[in-house]
Amino acid sequence: MDKQVSMFPSPYDIPAPKGAEDWQEMYPYYMLFQPGNREAEEQEFYFCNNQHFPVPTRPFDSMILEYTAKTLGQYNTRQWIVPPANGIEYRYINGYAYLRMIPVPLEDIEARVPKFLERAGHYFGNWDTLLENWHTKVMAEIEAMEEITFTPLPDEVPLEWVHEGRGHDQTTEFMANFDHMLQGLHRTWQLHFEFLNLGYAAYLDFFTFVKEQFPTIPEQAIAKMVQGIDSVLFRPDEELKKLANLAVELGLNDVVKGGDLAAIAAAPNGDQWMAAWEAAQDPWFNYSTGSGILSSDKRWIDHFDIPLSFIKGYVEQVEAGKVLIRPIEELAAERDRIVEEYRDMMDPEVQEAFDGKLGLSRLVFPYVEDHNFYIEHWSMGVFWRKARELSKVLQNAGFWEEEDGMFFVQHSELRDILFDYCNAWASGCAPQGPRYWPEKIAKRRQMLDILGQERPIPAVNNPPEVITEPFTVMLWGITSESIQRWADAGKSDDSLKGMAASPGVVEGKARVLSGPERLDELQEGEILVCPVTAPSWAPVFGKIGGVVTDIGGIMSHAAIVCREYGLPAVTGTGFGSAKIETGMTLRVNGDTGSVEIVS
Amino acid sequence: MTSNANELARDRDAAYVLGFDEISSNDHDLVGGKCASLGEMTQAGVAVPPGFAVTTTAHRAFLDASGIQPKIDALLETLDAGSTDSLASVSGAVRDLMMSHPMMDDIAQTLRAAYAAMGDDLPVAVRSSATAEDLPDASFAGQQDTYLWVVGADEVVEKVRSCWASMFADRAVKYREDNNIPHSDVLMSVVVQKMVNARSSGVAMTLDPSNGDRTKISIDASWGLGETVVSGEVTPDNFLVEKVLLSVVDRTVSKKQVELVPDLVSKTAVMSDVPEERASKPSLSDDEVIAVADLAKRLEKQNRCPQDVEWAIDADAPEGANLFALQSRPETVWSRKAKEKKTSAHSMGLDGIVGALLAPANAAKAAKKT
Repeated sequence: MDKQVSMFPSPYDIPAPKGAEDWQEMYPYYMLFQPGNREAEEQEFYFCNNQHFPVPTRPFDSMILEYTAKTLGQYNTRQWIVPPANGIEYRYINGYAYLRMIPVPLEDIEARVPKFLERAGHYFGNWDTLLENWHTKVMAEIEAMEEITFTPLPDEVPLEWVHEGRGHDQTTEFMANFDHMLQGLHRTWQLHFEFLNLGYAAYLDFFTFVKEQFPTIPEQAIAKMVQGIDSVLFRPDEELKKLANLAVELGLNDVVKGGDLAAIAAAPNGDQWMAAWEAAQDPWFNYSTGSGILSSDKRWIDHFDIPLSFIKGYVEQVEAGKVLIRPIEELAAERDRIVEEYRDMMDPEVQEAFDGKLGLSRLVFPYVEDHNFYIEHWSMGVFWRKARELSKVLQNAGFWEEEDGMFFVQHSELRDILFDYCNAWASGCAPQGPRYWPEKIAKRRQMLDILGQERPIPAVNNPPEVITEPFTVMLWGITSESIQRWADAGKSDDSLKGMAASPGVVEGKARVLSGPERLDELQEGEILVCPVTAPSWAPVFGKIGGVVTDIGGIMSHAAIVCREYGLPAVTGTGFGSAKIETGMTLRVNGDTGSVEIVS
Repeated sequence: MTSNANELARDRDAAYVLGFDEISSNDHDLVGGKCASLGEMTQAGVAVPPGFAVTTTAHRAFLDASGIQPKIDALLETLDAGSTDSLASVSGAVRDLMMSHPMMDDIAQTLRAAYAAMGDDLPVAVRSSATAEDLPDASFAGQQDTYLWVVGADEVVEKVRSCWASMFADRAVKYREDNNIPHSDVLMSVVVQKMVNARSSGVAMTLDPSNGDRTKISIDASWGLGETVVSGEVTPDNFLVEKVLLSVVDRTVSKKQVELVPDLVSKTAVMSDVPEERASKPSLSDDEVIAVADLAKRLEKQNRCPQDVEWAIDADAPEGANLFALQSRPETVWSRKAKEKKTSAHSMGLDGIVGALLAPANAAKAAKKT
């Protein structure tokens, strides 16, 4: 093939921002494009995964990218032998995470089919039993992670240990705990993907079938047919609504709106509300304001001001006469109506096939939704709590100045740090770390700040002619069309195209947010513009007019939640948050997937 | 059937006029296709402009009592259907014959009473509702007369008779001859309805007429009365609505330079220019588009096949209760085509999943070969 002009730049030609030239030292060598490999690596198409890594990744957090990619890949490549798809390769560019799907060579696909049928067939055939087992395993992992503790090493080996002739010291357990934590994390991410790819595959089949019957059907309509109604993903928000209702019932409106827990407890009936507040926390307050997978994600359980401010908003809505609790029966009836109406329009010959595929999709779909709470929010919530515990111990030992210092070192560097700490304790000398890390961490913080001021380019190199990897489309909304949109986005004037993720048309002022930190700035009726949303942003969805995201497919969390809240949404615009500025007037068309900058 | 119900059925068969709420789809012979459909819409809770149906019993009674039926038959004996001249002269003679005979008193009184019940000198539309019209295979709608802005009982009686006469329009006679339909078998019902003072009106089809896609509702809309849309005198606005989710997926707003508006002085609808600033504005708001789509969807559901619905928004009626269905007929073009579509087998379960996973790769392989 002739050498063509590449659609996107080469990763080797992207300069580092001034002041962040050394960014590569924050990540392991295997996550970087290597200078010696330029010719081969320029052949490969990578897209920015700012859906899961919306800001430049902290060094420690790059481990999450490794584990997620590795565990997703192992199921496709080694367990299910998915005919057309292997796993994912990752690279960092200027702190942003990029992914490449690894397709199976066309000539190898057929031989994989019988293996896939046998292996995946077992899971589909025993879905409920295996899923029950999955729940047991997840709960065991959460419990095991909860048991891990990191406390500063004491002055001496206990006398009893001497008497019983134990023969090792506390550092053994300290370092083993770190290993257990990482092993637990590894197993947890394997559990995350145990059912997920199969779930998406079954949904993809249903999706393809319905599209074939009705080529112009909105993708959101297909999603609505299988979407869960009482998914645990909605539970945390439901709990807050219940607490708001209870506050009004008990006449505690004002004190609860005040958000001072001590004052609430002291108020008449306050004990009753406090009991409900505490009962809701485990496990629902493990909910994160971000995707939940990053060290910077805040959780309700650690930041009571977040759920309290949401409750305040809900109390105000109750006072304004709004009914908060989701009408489960109505939602179920609406889902049935949608299914029935499309089914009625099908030829009678294909209705049976539709029923079968819908049935299978509905069997798998609860997992596709629910796993997110169990893994990203709950399991990861416990993991990050333990990680912060360790960071604090090392902070107290002088390795860094701030509580979150550990997240600015790579996990492989952390092993050295632990040995430094334990060795110094054993030897009775000072560790070297405190003389080495604080400066390095300060430099890394500065670099991440600088990197974060630039939006990532959406992709590098040339895309393949056809994307043969089916999960890319489902999870990241990446199709030949969306890639073309990214390539065109820099050129076009005052409109953006994305995915019609949730129906409706709305006009309003834009508010561009890069993360959950400034969610409270959102004003009534404004349009939220951001790289990506998390389901836990739901409480603000009650007052905003619409959502525009840079990335995300039709099954992305933003799309699911927007449909749930009836908000017009356009996802996967590629450049929305870079191009739109706060205060601009936008017209968001969630029916067609277009966003116009009106003024 | 109870004796009471028997009596009721006899009464209905003998009645000269029926209210829309008394009519169902079984009454095709009694009130013709158009009225039966108005009755059905009313039963389904779809609003139609108020009015009544003049039954075929009334038409039969007119023919019998006036004694003109044998004369009509005799005239038709002389018809040479292959000759345009003969068709014109014979049909014309039959129409003259009918128009020269006054309406019987008891029919006229019944019509006057029904008209008076609608209000004082309310402008109404008088339309024919043929019993052979509106069949999917006999799409000769519009061959009978329609009289708009009819005011006063005398006028109403007169126009009912004109509708009956219009059964012998040249083309209608030709159609029956060509299709071997005996002329004496066909009776005409007439519908009298309040004239909608249409701010906007048009046609809604419960499929996309460009490709037969049944998941869409296509709405043509323009200012004023809908005749301009049907006749093609304006390029209407077009709205494409997703049928299940009821969301607008596409819109084309055209410049609608003329509109047909009521002129109460001349008691007719007159064509007038649309002011520049209104011509290019959408003739329906988004909420109205959805309301029209919802109405068309209900009519499709009731009739169990794609529909072609005429509708109007009445400027006199309050918002929220101003949308009326004027008539609903089965869509004919795509409904016939759909039956020719061949079906393909779909693999199920895990095989289906493998098929879906392999689809992009197979497409890539196919692309390589070509």
